Amino acid sequence: MPLLFTIFAIVTVAGAAAAICLRNLVHSVLALIVAFAGLAVVYLLLGAQFVGFAQVLVYIGAVAILIVFAILLTRNSDITGARIGGSWAWSGVVVAGVFAVLAWSIHNSSVSHGAAAPQPATSTQQIGSALMQQFALPLEVIGLLLTAALIGAVTIALREQKEAR
Amino acid sequence: MTPLTACLLLSALLFAIGLAGALVRRNSILVLIGIELMLNAANLNFIAFWRYGPNPEALTGMMFAVFSIAVAAAEAAVGLALIISLYRHLKSANIDEVNSMSG
Repeated sequence: MPLLFTIFAIVTVAGAAAAICLRNLVHSVLALIVAFAGLAVVYLLLGAQFVGFAQVLVYIGAVAILIVFAILLTRNSDITGARIGGSWAWSGVVVAGVFAVLAWSIHNSSVSHGAAAPQPATSTQQIGSALMQQFALPLEVIGLLLTAALIGAVTIALREQKEAR
Repeated sequence: MTPLTACLLLSALLFAIGLAGALVRRNSILVLIGIELMLNAANLNFIAFWRYGPNPEALTGMMFAVFSIAVAAAEAAVGLALIISLYRHLKSANIDEVNSMSG
């Protein structure tokens, strides 16, 4: 297992854990950005350059900024997010069970014993032509979904303002 | 440990952390952060199986990850709009206080 992968896997997991555990919401979004960046580097190490840079653009550039906006817009509420639910023990049991099942099945599956394949060479040109030919219909559906979702988001966020006027 | 196993274990760990965040924390924005982490874990699985799978030239795993990222972006936009709308309505971002359908 390469050293770089180990380092960035640890960075990713530490960022994700900090994002969940930190009290201050702004700090936890910063930790989330660290986790997203670590995951982007892991994608690059796996040879998926396009997905790695899409991860940086979409998650760090858009989703994290959106979350910061939402935190600032709901600032008067519980900014520290300090309250932890009363059922955290049950949640811990559920999470530990899910992780145990996942790790057990990964350990026992046949895919984990195969030999490492050589790194596939994919250029952005190949990805573009695949998107335009083989995956043209899913691309159009995704475009429609994004348009509908963004119009819906604007409608939901605007509605209460109109009623208040 | 093969590289595929390492990727899958990292993905399982990320999924467990995201699930813990979605279940334990009561602030709705942190619940959304947990859901984003779980989606990222699924994306990492797609990329890992694309990289170490039998037929990486077909690009299907990578395409699935790209489409999954687009769907996650739409989900984040709608989720945050819902959170802002709920906050305007209830003056709170705590999901325990969202307990009625009619407001």
